[in-house]
Amino acid sequence: MTGPLTRPKRKNPVLRTRLPLLPPWQRSRAALGLTACAALGRFELQTCRACGAVQYPPREACHSCLSGELEWRLQDGAGELIAETTIHHSNDSFFRERLPWRLGMVRLDAGPTVVVHLHGACAPAPSRVRVNTRLDKAGQGVLVAFPPEEVQNMANDKQLREMTCDPRFRKVLVTDGKTAVGQSLVRAVIGAGADLVWVGFAEPWKKFPGLQEIAALPQVTLIPLDVTDSKSIRTQAGEIGGRVDILINNAEVHRTHGIASRAGIEAARAEMDVNYFGLLRLAQEFGPALKSRGADGQSSATAWVNLLSVYALSNFPAHGTFSASKAAALSLAQCLRAEMRPAGIRVINVFPGPIDDEWNQALPPPKLGAQALARAVVAALQDGVEDVYPGDVAQEWLERFRENPKVLERELAGMAG
Amino acid sequence: MSAHAPESPARDPAGYADVVLAAPVTVPYVRYSIRSTHWFVARALAAMLESAGLRKPDLDGLSLGSFMLAPDTAIGLTQHLGITARWLDYVPLGGACGIVALRRALRAVQSGDAEVVACVGADTNHVESFRASLGSFSVFARDAVFPYGSGGPNASFAFLTSHYMREFGATRQDFGKLCVAQRDNALGYRHAMFKKKLTLDEYLNARLIAEPIRLFDCVMPCAGAEGFLVMRRERARRLGLKYVRVLSTCERHNAFPDDPIQMRGGWVLDRERLYDSAGVGPADMSFVQTYDDYPVMSLIQLEDLGFCAKGDGPQFVRRNTFTTDGTFPINTSGGQLSAGQAGCAAGFLGLVEAIRQLSGQNLARPVPGARHAMVVGFGMITYDRGLCSAAAILAGGA
Repeated sequence: MTGPLTRPKRKNPVLRTRLPLLPPWQRSRAALGLTACAALGRFELQTCRACGAVQYPPREACHSCLSGELEWRLQDGAGELIAETTIHHSNDSFFRERLPWRLGMVRLDAGPTVVVHLHGACAPAPSRVRVNTRLDKAGQGVLVAFPPEEVQNMANDKQLREMTCDPRFRKVLVTDGKTAVGQSLVRAVIGAGADLVWVGFAEPWKKFPGLQEIAALPQVTLIPLDVTDSKSIRTQAGEIGGRVDILINNAEVHRTHGIASRAGIEAARAEMDVNYFGLLRLAQEFGPALKSRGADGQSSATAWVNLLSVYALSNFPAHGTFSASKAAALSLAQCLRAEMRPAGIRVINVFPGPIDDEWNQALPPPKLGAQALARAVVAALQDGVEDVYPGDVAQEWLERFRENPKVLERELAGMAG
Repeated sequence: MSAHAPESPARDPAGYADVVLAAPVTVPYVRYSIRSTHWFVARALAAMLESAGLRKPDLDGLSLGSFMLAPDTAIGLTQHLGITARWLDYVPLGGACGIVALRRALRAVQSGDAEVVACVGADTNHVESFRASLGSFSVFARDAVFPYGSGGPNASFAFLTSHYMREFGATRQDFGKLCVAQRDNALGYRHAMFKKKLTLDEYLNARLIAEPIRLFDCVMPCAGAEGFLVMRRERARRLGLKYVRVLSTCERHNAFPDDPIQMRGGWVLDRERLYDSAGVGPADMSFVQTYDDYPVMSLIQLEDLGFCAKGDGPQFVRRNTFTTDGTFPINTSGGQLSAGQAGCAAGFLGLVEAIRQLSGQNLARPVPGARHAMVVGFGMITYDRGLCSAAAILAGGA
């Protein structure tokens, strides 16, 4: 069973910080399909288009009819735990440091038998369980069996915490506190149990609505931070970089122009300076410190969150330069993810549709509220999801994008700004 | 059973009349070796040729079972060891490789494709090699097993063992009794890696590895080789060799794929014909060499091959002693659990020991009056179950 999580003791500064290790991460190309759905928080299995057989482990052909036409289809994960073990010996260094480790064999109602990480609250075999995906510390998709119903303290399971980025008892940096989204993020991570939240604000001489209330929260420390200023970032990384467990970069500039609607490149340059170069500057200054603390005890450094936009997937011409800057940021975030992977730090990209703010004023609803966005970010941290598309608009864009990116391009070209 | 289960072929396989097994050899096992597998193959071949009074050019067939030859396969060994063969086989099938090699070699000699075939199972073991082999054992292991705790076969067999215990009421004492009896047998076998008596208390209280599996449920990986020659009976007689005959054999791969968890192997599909072709039954066996990579597999094999009913394994264990001097001798040289598991040589261990026992060339304590023996092969857990099952019934004397 899993109990409440206790606040970790203060770190002994004499002891060496453990190096981050990863569980085995090599996979066949077919098996990366599981990683792809785990990144979105979905549980899908390979299903044969010809005969409907559901199979696992992933293969190159249908094990039943030999068809090569396979697709990943959503599963409910219901099944029976038919055997379990707790290993006290492992041949891998990552697991050796984390023994004992509980494993199960589950016969899914959908057919296949799957080997799973077994949540501590699952009843002994035989028992009903619910299987879902998670990304493990190496960023690869794995299967986890949970109790069929939510139980208390479920997120605190020792094994599960190795696959999630729960803010509880962790220290968080939110890079921009002056917007409604930033302030909602601060409140949401505090609500999820964060110990300390550093909140950046770029122009300390200005008064922003809501900032004083945020600053008054006991967990909050305001810090001057301007993502367009390398020196400002370097100073803050030197001060707090070694203590940040979760970095949420929500600083953005959003102007509503395409190419012809505005002369010159000043607005576009400002977008790139914050949305793209801001991420690059932050990653260069804060990245190394986070990477060094990927296995620093219960509250290790764990995640880097980028507030992108669903417009990063395909350009929305009415907000054309903004879309381009977010596409650049997405590409850079993929690079950051690859560089953070060896340290087990998860890079979470958030792709909201239009947020209900001043820059999307002219767009019709539905629009995503700041609080809903913040809740989605916290849920992604708690579930360890890698790509988040919060809200109906983003979900629909994602579906259209996955089905046919070229069709989406034409659809967007036809949308009035 | 699957709706598409294959029908049994109507034709019984031809027997192996006039083809025999001789020159059983064991290259003594060591825990770790700095030699490569090639060295162990060479030692086995040299020992076989010497004991048979043959020269290398007399050998015209080679069958090799090994995991640790890469990037070589059997063909590389022909040039490496200067063998000119007209028949060559490579059988990296782990615990089934001995019997599978045997089946093919018998037919090759019987049909005249080869005169003398050397069957060798060999593997080296470096300090790093066991760990390194786990993650690359199979695509499924790499994708869907190794990332889950990296427990290796211990974890996989922990599932099967716990399930079997729950299903059929087997206890740790039952498995312990088998392990202790095999250790007693090993004490009379000079090549066994384990040379100390094992008590039931030591077994029950050993270090936990993967519940319910503890240390003495696990084999010790080591380096070594096993082998024998296949030739016509008249050739063996001319050479003055002691030999054994093969009454019947079977192999089956990926049987019962729809079983949610492994409780039986392909022997269930093949045992009737296995005994019919041999003209003997389970009661005629003087001893049995199970493939004991974990004790639960011995019970499953005894059930599937008709020595007791499915689920009666635990009762069967309680009724017998399993020692060479007792009732129902099993793994007369200690099995892998006490002799050691030298990679693919483990697929030959029981076969080579059975040849020695039935032809009176014992290195272990003899089973008195032994005439017939069952040798079982099992192996290749690529995901959640052993895919290969094989068996052979051997007979001693002329």
